[in-house]
Order: sequence, then C-alpha cells, then structure tokens
Amino acid sequence: MTERTLLIRKIENGTVIDHITAGYALDVLRILGIRGREGNVISIAMNVPSRKLGRKDIVKIEDRELRPEEVDRIALIAPQATINIIRDFAVAEKKRVTLPEVIVGIVKCANPTCISNSNEPVTPQLNVVQRSPLLLRCHYCGTIMEKEDVLKQF
Amino acid sequence: MLKANDFEGRDVISIKDFTREEIDFILKTASRMAPLVEKGSDLLRGKILATLFFEPSTRTRLSFEASMHRLGGSVIGFSQPGVSSVAKGESLADTVRVVENYADVIVIRHPLEGAARLAAEFAQVPVINAGSGSEEHPTQALLDLHTILEAKGRIDGLKIALLGDLRYGRTVHSLAYALSNYDVELFLVSPPQLRMKREVLKDIKGKIQVVEMDDLTPLLQDLDVLYVTRIQKERFPDPLEYEKVKGSYRIDKKLLESGREDLIVMHPLPRITEIAPDVDETPQAWYFKEVRHGLYVRMALLALILGAIK
Ligand SMILES: [Zn+2]
Repeated sequence: MTERTLLIRKIENGTVIDHITAGYALDVLRILGIRGREGNVISIAMNVPSRKLGRKDIVKIEDRELRPEEVDRIALIAPQATINIIRDFAVAEKKRVTLPEVIVGIVKCANPTCISNSNEPVTPQLNVVQRSPLLLRCHYCGTIMEKEDVLKQF
Repeated sequence: MLKANDFEGRDVISIKDFTREEIDFILKTASRMAPLVEKGSDLLRGKILATLFFEPSTRTRLSFEASMHRLGGSVIGFSQPGVSSVAKGESLADTVRVVENYADVIVIRHPLEGAARLAAEFAQVPVINAGSGSEEHPTQALLDLHTILEAKGRIDGLKIALLGDLRYGRTVHSLAYALSNYDVELFLVSPPQLRMKREVLKDIKGKIQVVEMDDLTPLLQDLDVLYVTRIQKERFPDPLEYEKVKGSYRIDKKLLESGREDLIVMHPLPRITEIAPDVDETPQAWYFKEVRHGLYVRMALLALILGAIK
C-alpha cells in the first residue's frame, strides 16, 4: 500500500480507476474521451505489481466523477477494473465495471456496409462472444470485432 | 419430433438459425412440392407475397414469384427501388411497416449486410432473406442442399469443394454454414485475397473438417461436389492481378476429365466465364437443374411459413 501511494498521490475529489489490464491505461483514457487538455490533474501508473492481476494500471482523474455509461465503456477494454469515486479524500462510491451480454449503443459495427450504420432507426447492437480477449459480434450483420476495432472508434 | 406447424410464422434470415433437423424437414417438404409444379395447387390461395428487391436480381425474384403462383398465391412488390419511395430516402424499417399491411410474407433482397434481420425486427409478418449484401443467401443454400441430395442421395460423407470468391460471395457463406450441419469434408479453394470470411470460418471450424487451398487440381479426382462461384473483377485493386487469377479458376470439359464420373458441378448463376459452355453437355453439369430445386425449396418454405402444411 505504501508503495502505491508513492507512485501516485492520494486525490481529494475525483475518480480512481484501479485494476486496469496492464498496458491499457492510455486506452482507458481514450475510450473516456479524455485527451489531457481538459485541465484536470490526471495521474497514470502503468505495469504496477498487483497481487490480483500480476501487473495492472491505475488512472486517477481529479475533480471528475465518471458517469455510469462511462463506467460501462471501460468494461470493454479493462473488464476487471474497479472504480472508486473520491470525495474529500475518502471513497464515496465503489463501482465495478460489468460487461453486459449485449452492448447497445456504445460501439458501432465495424462493417461500413452494415444496415446498422445506415439511415435506419436502430441502435447498434453487439453481442459479447468472448470477454477476454474481447470478441464482439454485430447482432445485425454478424461482423466480428476485437478490442482494437472498438478502440478505433474513440 | 419436429412438426410442419413449428415453422409457421418463422423468419428465414440466416441458415444458422436452423438446426439440421429443421433443414432436413424443409428439404423433405421440398421434395413433396415437386409434383405440385406440374399439377398446380391452391395451398396458398388468398395469400400474398411481397417481394422487396432493393438490388436487382431477376433470377431469385422470379423463383420466389413462380413458387408463390404455383401454390395459388399472388405476388406484389418492386424490383427497382429507384422508382419507389425508397429513392426518396425512406428507411427500410418504414418500407417494411407499410408493406406488411398488404402481404402475408415478405421476401427481401438488399445491398447491405444485416438488412433482412432488421426488416424482420420491424415486420409483423414473416421475412425471408433473398440476399443481404455479402452476408447470406439462405434459400440458395437450401436449394443447393436439395440438389446435392437428388444427385447423390445423401449429404453426409461427401467431399465438397467451394471454388472462387469465398470472401464476398453470400451464397458460399450460407452454403458453408448449411453444410457444417452434416458430416462432410469441405475444401475452400480460392485466391488468397478472396479466402472465406473469418466470421464463417470461426463458426464452421470445429463442426466439420475444413481445408483452405489455392489450387483445385490436386483435389479434383476425389471430389463429389464442385461448387463454382464467380470471381468479380471489381474485387481486385490491380486488374493485372485479376487476369492472373481468373484463368486458374475456370472449369472446362478437359479439366473435368481428371475428375470422377459422378462429380457434380454446381453454380448459383449467373455464370459468366468461370464454367466453359462445353461443360453444359456433360453429365456433371448440374447448375441448370439447380434452378428447379430452387422452386421446390421456396414453395416448401412459403407453405411452411404460412402454415399451409399441417
Ligand atoms: Zn453489423
């Protein structure tokens, strides 16, 4: 524990995303649309030794609380991540990311000639075939998507 | 035990939605339809089929229309979206919700993948997929199976090669899925850039033995079924590349001499140059006979889905 606090300081308010799949911290920021120009203090630790995961990444975003739909997005690339909302240096809320069986509306089908990418009144719908490594399949056209195909959209 | 009325009201979107038992049931029903082609029937009298062809296809549309007429039903629809409300930008979801008021079943052909699935979600009446982009063409796969059954008496135990454009050809996607329900050896012969779509491979590998290869020749002497598809020029960024590949996937009478006598050559049609005209007169030529089986299978599907067979 002391080791970790040396790596990243405690934050007063904001969000701590812990247990991110090692090497994916930058992708977590990307999928959240955080580019670093928003002004928030952001600390990143990558490949930190972890008892649970062997290695893991940690991201701390100050003065910003993640919304539930943002938490869902993280599940796509870091299915083991835990999210702590911090208020006044204390954990105010703990959230676990959960990857649902079907992803509705967060990600588009990667096939440009899929009907769900045309002018139809439907929300893209991807079935989770495999959690890790991620494998999604479009409900409409059956196209297979991997983590990289998902990340390209953010 | 499967019963005829288990099919009533069902959509036919992907051949993957059907079990082997269901496919066999449809094929058996199709055989019962054969005599009705000559005799005629009023099994579907008073029923209306709507054909929505957002992409030109004379062959498949005529086959569905003839099937409906042979069973005493009638047909409405369009085959030139350019002159309908679709040209004004109407969504498929809207078109389907209008048309369902006029018809008991809808047949749809659309250039985009997944279109038939979407149409089925919006329609109250059953939807049959007559080709959705490069995705699937399930009724073609059923007629292919029915043809193989007639020629060989069985599907299990056969050595079958699919040749040509396996990446974009929707008929080979559906046929590969359909065949994966049977105990067949499947050879996928194509130029490297037109290999079978990984989605299809993922689903069928593990169910049956699949071998991918570039060249048909070493295979030909053991083969029971050769399914030929067209390689389209547009698929090659470099026209020279196309010219190189084209010749090696062309079937002629001379080539067939190294194959078995009871080999059957199939093709979803239209054929351009991939099967030489001199093959037509050989006993191996089954591609025109297939057309007839299309009628049987589509008659069977329409009758089953509309609950006309109890
Ligand atoms: Zn799709």
